[in-house]
Amino acid sequence: MTARGRIVAVLAACFAAGAAWGEFRFPMPEFESGYKYPEMHTPAADLTWAVADVAILVGFLCLAAWLVLKRRSRPGVLALTVVSLLYFGFWRKGCVCPVGSVQNVLDGALHSSVAVPWVVVLFFVLPILFALFFGRVFCAAVCPLGAIQELVAVKPVQLSRPVIAALSVIPYAYLGLAVLGVATGSGYLICEYDPFVGFFRFGASFNMFLVGGLLLLLGVFVGRPYCRFLCPYGVLLGWASRISKWHASIPPTKCIQCRLCESACPYGAIVTPTPEERPESRAQGARRLAWLIALAPVVIALGVGVGVLSSPMLSRLHATVRLAERVALEERGDVQGTTIDTDAFRAQKRTPAELYAEAHDIQGEYKWGAGLLGAFLGIVVIAKLLALSAVPARKDYETHRTHCLSCARCFPYCPVEGDHGA
Amino acid sequence: MSEGKKPFSRRGFLRAGAALVAGGIAWQARPVSGQTVWQLDPAKCLQCGRCATECVLSPSAVKCVHNYQICGYCDLCSGYLQPGAKGRDTGAEHQLCPVAAIQRKFIEDPFFQYTIDESLCIGCGKCVKGCTLFGNGSLQLQIKQDVCVHCNECAIAMACPADAFSRVPVEEAYVLKSQPPQERKK
Repeated sequence: MTARGRIVAVLAACFAAGAAWGEFRFPMPEFESGYKYPEMHTPAADLTWAVADVAILVGFLCLAAWLVLKRRSRPGVLALTVVSLLYFGFWRKGCVCPVGSVQNVLDGALHSSVAVPWVVVLFFVLPILFALFFGRVFCAAVCPLGAIQELVAVKPVQLSRPVIAALSVIPYAYLGLAVLGVATGSGYLICEYDPFVGFFRFGASFNMFLVGGLLLLLGVFVGRPYCRFLCPYGVLLGWASRISKWHASIPPTKCIQCRLCESACPYGAIVTPTPEERPESRAQGARRLAWLIALAPVVIALGVGVGVLSSPMLSRLHATVRLAERVALEERGDVQGTTIDTDAFRAQKRTPAELYAEAHDIQGEYKWGAGLLGAFLGIVVIAKLLALSAVPARKDYETHRTHCLSCARCFPYCPVEGDHGA
Repeated sequence: MSEGKKPFSRRGFLRAGAALVAGGIAWQARPVSGQTVWQLDPAKCLQCGRCATECVLSPSAVKCVHNYQICGYCDLCSGYLQPGAKGRDTGAEHQLCPVAAIQRKFIEDPFFQYTIDESLCIGCGKCVKGCTLFGNGSLQLQIKQDVCVHCNECAIAMACPADAFSRVPVEEAYVLKSQPPQERKK
């Protein structure tokens, strides 16, 4: 009787649901043997760790700041790096991480339909706040992506200043593309092309393993290639670190110009004192500065042009644009056969014209977005050139506030360090 | 340092501005208290088979769930048997499931119960397709939340041709056909 009652209830519920699910082809059986429906297995998600993550993130950030700024202990930072890699990487499988959270927060800010959990927002904000006060301590010992590279950087070579400046434009482009991806609804590119998360999960596509493996191999010789020349979140942390209240310093007291820190830093983040003899006269420098400033509008215009021209290609990051192109090819008979995606499209009640219109709108958004991105990159390039040509007055060797990852590698090499009493 | 005594140093001003911008963006994102998870809507699902291949886990976190309440308990089950199968017994050559994850059990004449062995299921959706095309649609693909690693960007969602994946509050993780929308919260 109970079974029958339940069936009636289910049928009533189905009628209540209206024609949404359609009618069932086969009637529900009326069991006579007292058969009981088994329970459906729908286990809940275990998200208790996600709340603990925030507390642990704060704890690790505090510990990293203390180890770098107060304790000045490289072994301590290294130990925390290993713990972070094990916890945020292998135990928590790398998601959500502050690097990816940029996109969630931006998505929530741009699209009202997107809900962003507090945990994710805190993951975005906390490392930036810490960078505003203590420098990039998150990069130093808390980020799992940084940690895995920190541990493989055993034979780093020094890159020249212009090479570093040129390569460090890439993160700005990556950040801009990620913003464009979120704004146009093309997905979260930073997560899609995360090179190391596959290692943390012990499972990824072949390409992800290939890119991740190559980056780690490169990381043996070029310190932290992802952090320095790709990481989009590093751009924001770099900005914050540049104006930080405190920052990892080398040397702790009086510099004796031994240059040991410079050769100890695998990340090219030690800036050198102003040379005794200026490499060029003041007039020459002023002339070049004037040229660079005059060139700025040209470079920015060039950026806009390249952006707009490459926007049709970039717009293929959006699935709808790819689908529309494929459907167009099939409709014209230029390609044989169909794909899963075009089959799915034809199963819906939409005409190709509607799809094309939608794709056209997205391409329009990309044209604007890529133009802005080009202008932004133009500004970045000019700023980098200005920074390269500037000769700041500096007496001692210092850490570069933007590029320094606060890894504390240089501390043990500084001969003045012992006098500090650490 | 005299600079430190100034109430508004340039760097301090910038720092406050940066903190305000970061906080402002975070505020603009309107944070919600709960957690979110990925959900697969079986009403949109086309059983293309990508759930089995695109997930970062192997086997996939997407598996078949059987909603017994709407099953016809048919002897000739279009989710269990190959089209044109010569027999209706448990012979491997008759089964649609490539990994034999569906167990068939006699209940009473003429009804059979079909149970998914989740330790075997790879989420390919072959049974779901058969059941949806010719049966009641009681076999449905769902994301097993205890298996899912909750990637920030679900790899299957990116590849899904039917746009069946969405981020939902954790209480709405499962949505099954036969449940009207107001009963979705389970």
